[in-house]
Amino acid sequence: MVKQESESANRPDNTAFTQQRLPAWQPILSAGIVIPGFVLIGLAFIGIGVALFVTSKSIQELEFDYTGYSNESPCSSCAQSVVANCKCSLNFTLTTLLQGPVFFYYGLSNYFQNYRRYGASKDDNQLYGDLSYFTSPSSSCSPYDYDSSKKPIVPCGSIANSMFNDTFTLTWTVNGKTNNVSLDGKGIAWWTDYNVKYRNPNVTPLKNAFNGTVKPINWAKPAYELDASDPSNNGFVNQDFLVWMRRAALPNFRKLYRRIDASGDYKNGLPAGNYTVDITYNYPVRAFNGVKKIVFSNVSWMGGRNEFLGIAYLVIGSLCVVMSVVMLIVYAKFKFPDEE
Amino acid sequence: RSLCGNRELPEERRVRANDREYNEKFQYASNCIMTSKYNIITFLPVNLFEQFQEVANTYFLFLLILQLIPQISSLSWFTTIVPLALVLSITAVKDATDDYFRHKSDNQVNNRQSQVLIRGSLQNEKWMNVRVGDIIKLENNQFVAADLLLLSSTEPHGLCYIETAELDGETNMKVRQSVSVTSELGDPNNLASFDGEVVCEPPNNKLDRFSGTLYWREKKYSLTNQNMLLRGCVLRNTEACYGLVIFAGPDTKLMQNSGRTKFKRTSIDRLMNTLVLWIFGFLVCMGMILAVGNAGWEKEVGSLFQSYLAWDTPVNNFLFSAFLSFWSYVIILNTVVPISLYVSVEVIRLGHRYFINWDQQMFCSQCNTAAEARTTTLNEELGQVEYIFSDKTGTLTQNIMTFNKCSINGQSYGKDTHNTCRLDFSPFNPLADPDFCFYDDKLLESVKVGDSCTHEFFRLLSLCHTVMSEEKSEGELVYKAQSPDEGALVTAARNFGFVFRSRTPGTITTTEMGRTVTYSLLAILDFNNIRKRMSVIVRNPEGRIRLYCKGADTVLLERLHPCNQEVMSITSDHLNEYAADGLRTLALAYRDLSEDEWEAWSESHRFADKATDCREDRLAAAYEEIEQNMMLLGATAIEDKLQEGVPETIAVLSLANIKIWVLTGDKQETAVNIGYSCKMLTDDMTEVFIISGHTVQSVRQELRRARERMIDGRGGGVGKQLHGSPLPPPLPLSNLMDNISGEFALVINGHSLAHALEADMEAEFVSTACACKAVICCRVTPLQKAQVVELIKKHKKAVTLAIGDGANDISMIKSAHIGVGISGQEGIQAVLASDYSFSQFRFLQRLLLVHGRWSYLRMCRFLCYFFYKNFAFTMVHFWFGFFCGFSAQTVYDQYFITLFNIVYTSLPVLAMGIFDQDVPDHRSLEYPKLYEPGQLNLLFNKREFFICIAQGIYTSVVLFFVPYAVLSNATQSNGVPLADYQTFAVTTATALVIVVSVQIVLDTGFWTVFNHVFVWGSLGSYFIIMFALHSQTLFRIFPNQFHFVGSAQSTLLQPVVWLTIALATAICIVPVLAFRFLKLDLKPQLSDTVRYTQLVRQKRRKPPEGRLGARGGSRRSGYAFAHQEGFGELITSGKNMRLSSLALASFASRHSSSWIDTLRRKKHTHTPPSTSGECSPETNQIK
Repeated sequence: MVKQESESANRPDNTAFTQQRLPAWQPILSAGIVIPGFVLIGLAFIGIGVALFVTSKSIQELEFDYTGYSNESPCSSCAQSVVANCKCSLNFTLTTLLQGPVFFYYGLSNYFQNYRRYGASKDDNQLYGDLSYFTSPSSSCSPYDYDSSKKPIVPCGSIANSMFNDTFTLTWTVNGKTNNVSLDGKGIAWWTDYNVKYRNPNVTPLKNAFNGTVKPINWAKPAYELDASDPSNNGFVNQDFLVWMRRAALPNFRKLYRRIDASGDYKNGLPAGNYTVDITYNYPVRAFNGVKKIVFSNVSWMGGRNEFLGIAYLVIGSLCVVMSVVMLIVYAKFKFPDEE
Repeated sequence: RSLCGNRELPEERRVRANDREYNEKFQYASNCIMTSKYNIITFLPVNLFEQFQEVANTYFLFLLILQLIPQISSLSWFTTIVPLALVLSITAVKDATDDYFRHKSDNQVNNRQSQVLIRGSLQNEKWMNVRVGDIIKLENNQFVAADLLLLSSTEPHGLCYIETAELDGETNMKVRQSVSVTSELGDPNNLASFDGEVVCEPPNNKLDRFSGTLYWREKKYSLTNQNMLLRGCVLRNTEACYGLVIFAGPDTKLMQNSGRTKFKRTSIDRLMNTLVLWIFGFLVCMGMILAVGNAGWEKEVGSLFQSYLAWDTPVNNFLFSAFLSFWSYVIILNTVVPISLYVSVEVIRLGHRYFINWDQQMFCSQCNTAAEARTTTLNEELGQVEYIFSDKTGTLTQNIMTFNKCSINGQSYGKDTHNTCRLDFSPFNPLADPDFCFYDDKLLESVKVGDSCTHEFFRLLSLCHTVMSEEKSEGELVYKAQSPDEGALVTAARNFGFVFRSRTPGTITTTEMGRTVTYSLLAILDFNNIRKRMSVIVRNPEGRIRLYCKGADTVLLERLHPCNQEVMSITSDHLNEYAADGLRTLALAYRDLSEDEWEAWSESHRFADKATDCREDRLAAAYEEIEQNMMLLGATAIEDKLQEGVPETIAVLSLANIKIWVLTGDKQETAVNIGYSCKMLTDDMTEVFIISGHTVQSVRQELRRARERMIDGRGGGVGKQLHGSPLPPPLPLSNLMDNISGEFALVINGHSLAHALEADMEAEFVSTACACKAVICCRVTPLQKAQVVELIKKHKKAVTLAIGDGANDISMIKSAHIGVGISGQEGIQAVLASDYSFSQFRFLQRLLLVHGRWSYLRMCRFLCYFFYKNFAFTMVHFWFGFFCGFSAQTVYDQYFITLFNIVYTSLPVLAMGIFDQDVPDHRSLEYPKLYEPGQLNLLFNKREFFICIAQGIYTSVVLFFVPYAVLSNATQSNGVPLADYQTFAVTTATALVIVVSVQIVLDTGFWTVFNHVFVWGSLGSYFIIMFALHSQTLFRIFPNQFHFVGSAQSTLLQPVVWLTIALATAICIVPVLAFRFLKLDLKPQLSDTVRYTQLVRQKRRKPPEGRLGARGGSRRSGYAFAHQEGFGELITSGKNMRLSSLALASFASRHSSSWIDTLRRKKHTHTPPSTSGECSPETNQIK
């Protein structure tokens, strides 16, 4: 066949792409795939759901409200006073061993760390140890960027200023003997927060970096004295500070306070006995109907207690199985019209 | 379109020849044209200004400004500016490319050379340097550079011939004549001293009108359009001519006409705009709800929470905070109206446009043209067409007539099938036209043996016509026929040895069987629409006088000598046979006249001719007198060749429920004939109604009768008559008309249509016509074509498509939703006005059923998914608002918000929008019913939109509350709680990306390699980009910008997070999957069935095809005269015989161009065409 020169000039290319004939996979929701698929997904979900539910059930969790709204509450006096470092203590009894590792949380309710302006109210450069931001904090920290005498606040901003400052100690009373439970505060913050995101300025002693600045208004002591005993836990890399600075997503949240040091008597967790939590009550929450809690919990492979996940998986899995049965019935009854 | 110079238009224009200084006073536009919009400097500001005139862009600019206010800014400014810049730059690049090509073509045109008379000598100048008042010389086949006043020409009488194809699409030549005083000027020396002054109207766009006055040597000469050469015309058959530039550049009629065409929008576009407005409303409502929530929260909670979160000093008031919160929420919820929507739609349409341009199956190898989508904006509407308005000539037919059959003295010649080989005329006749085809050697034998009837038959054909011949060299004849029918007949005679050679006003020279014979031409009894015949009276060399007549069988057979009875009945049968084949027929007859008879008649004819009153009637009476007692010679049958595949295409399109209306300027008979031959009308039809009333009353009556018959037909018996029954009330008819059984067709004449289109009857007309399967409007003017289209647009809310090839179709092409131009022989004007163009009517089925259908499907799927996706994405913020004090805290990282629409989810849905196919192309053609969802607008409408939105909102609920429920108490396996904001953000974002990706996987029905790359690539890019953005490296450089450092690793390593994502995905997708499966089983769409059967490769039955079988029946055909009256007179008057081939042009000019012009003039007056009353009662009743 002789192909004319002029013709080939205007003739569109004969390729699979231009002619829309690209090889293609054309899936269709056929019964052979969908129904077994639903069964499989359903069974898988039920399986996972059962696993999650059982695991979750095995996790023990103790939660105590110590805000002190009611008069019976041990901290009710502290809640009403305005004295700093008010002490109160809370007792509880474990009848069985609380399997380790055990984590000690504090929890706050009705507390809006996720409020937009609250979350923006910090200076990441300053917290990264950049000294130039010590003297002139970002305006995002306002109104906690300068104090009334126009001195820069370090660390600036609402989040830092509102840092949780109740402290707890735990004692175990067994056979009339009182033991201090040793609490481990290392590694309770994110690795990246501790190693990357937050840094002290490269100044020794640390105190000098803070010359000309003032501590946040609500703080009892400046940042460089948060843990004077341990330079690696002081200043901006103080673990409690880091935990606080990681904003909660929701208004009711928990933050890790300490781990129970798994040594000696506590190797396997908290043994049975009477416990006392001595609380230094500083943090006011009653003004906004907040609630303060302490929580002891152990974890599994999937983290802490989480009944919702297991139940949700079970429900969805069962629904899938039910749906597959419905679909099978429909399919059998109204068979896809093959011919026509 | 910017002009070279803008100024106030004067009341009149004064131009003095050869006096640049004088003319410069008026600052007329120069001949430089500029269709481009920008230059390098103005591009950026002008283009940006134009782009910001679009509401969407302005809205996003407004958002950007909001984001710069720190108290409001809930999102960084770059979340808006990055997409906005992207959108603006894509559009800018497109505009710049377009403008570059305009610059190029402008340059090319402006730099054409022309010869200008400067100071007495001709000099070459570029077109752009030609000034008003210059005299320029044009040579044969040159383009006219500006609007010129013709001064002189090398032809006698100052005539010159032009072709106006570029101007109005007409390819026939037209004549222009200079004012007699200037035509004498002749050579350049005289012209150089010419100093006449022209006063004329200011520039306008009326192509057929010009009025002005030439003042020269104290005298006035009036000027008309007849003296003008317009820019864009081409000089033909004229050696050279001189013209005075009157209008230049942008003032020329060509440029004045090339205004920006009306921008067409698709119904999806309009729906989309409405929906976007609704979404804005929705956005404002959401903002209000959240603002009220914020007011309440600040009052009840926030005020107490001030110890930890002090109110901003300028705020300090919960109401003001709510006000700010409203704007903050407007910013973060703006993604429900994604900025990328419009640009994505444009990209998809561009893709579809290229697929149309690339389609090999819409490429015509004969004319070497591919289909072209000339606009990008209308593709999906091609999938929704309900009405097609088609031109006939050149669109359905090729406008090529072939001599197909003939009946001579009761003997029929010409084979039905093409199995016999084509006759070779060359050994027999050296003058034969090699392109002529005939397949019956019996006829040639009959000629060879010298059968007298056969000889007389062809002699008639060689004498009785108004064709002009041009003999370039010996034996190389070119016939210039006024109608292709005549050309075919004369060519047939030529091949059978009766060669028409040349004519003078008084003679016709032929070569009969190799012998040159000159007849003296005594009279031409010209054709007109009432007579439906033409005759010539000739005296042969022997001195015998004979009248030859050809005409419509209906009129001719009545005028035969009684002795013809036997031949007449046989010929009549043949005529019926030919007509049944859809051929155009003519009957031929002669009459011998004695010298006395001739003298007597000649006297009465002269008398009638000279009469001043009722000349027409008197002439007609005189003609009538002599065209009597004729002897029948036979009949001819000419095939008006349909374009390839027309009946099949029409059958397929009507199976797709598309109604086809033929709007033609042709006569009723011709139109009906073509209707039958392209199977629009069939003998299976219950009834074909003919509306040809001349008065309002009669048209109304005929319409009413048609409706009654249709409703009767519904009851059962077709022939059932209910004469006695009272008339049904006219108004509720529309309900009845919806379910008519039986197939009806309507044929309406132009003059009746004029009444039917009047305001008080149009509803009746529409309801009647739309109940018919086929509608043919004949004798319609271009304006009526447009009116019919507008009527349907107005009453039916249906998508209309107009297809045509000529300048007379432009108005309908422009007024229909979609205009398609056939790039055929009738010039390119229709193509230029059209939205799509291709060269064969049959490509229409592929354009609509394949490309249109796919485009619609893809666009609908795209829009559904797009709205779904953005609601799923955005509404999460709304739910989060209830948990974060309505503070306009975003759920996601700001980078995620920036990139979600333009990176993470844009390409898969674009790939779906460009490549998706539910069924392969040949299936769409096999099952035209697949086209119906588009017509019913089922795939994307308000209901579908709400379903998408509902699904989006459902997804957002799941995406927020599942992580909320799971994460609020969950911890990592090292005891660290998972409920921190960043973990929550990453979890939700990842779940969102996965859910919408799974959704697109479900929605995509056609997985090409692009879909795979885009879907998996987008998903991959999400993780890669997220890890990059959360990396330590970036954080170390900009600690203030990338505070999500480490979140990706920390979050995605947690099994709980993945379990959450899996759970959310399952909850989102499982119901969709189940719903779709059940729908597929319980209520499968045709496309599902086709797809299913296609995929399981089962044998299918072919769909029942429309009955394409041969048509029998008793229908009498129309006669083959596509003539105009007056041509005979022209020949006999002897005017302008010097160049015989140009007589046609001369004719056209005398009668003010062709019928297109006539029609065009008529559209201004609105009077029913006077020439169109040819329908005799006999031809009214078709069946």
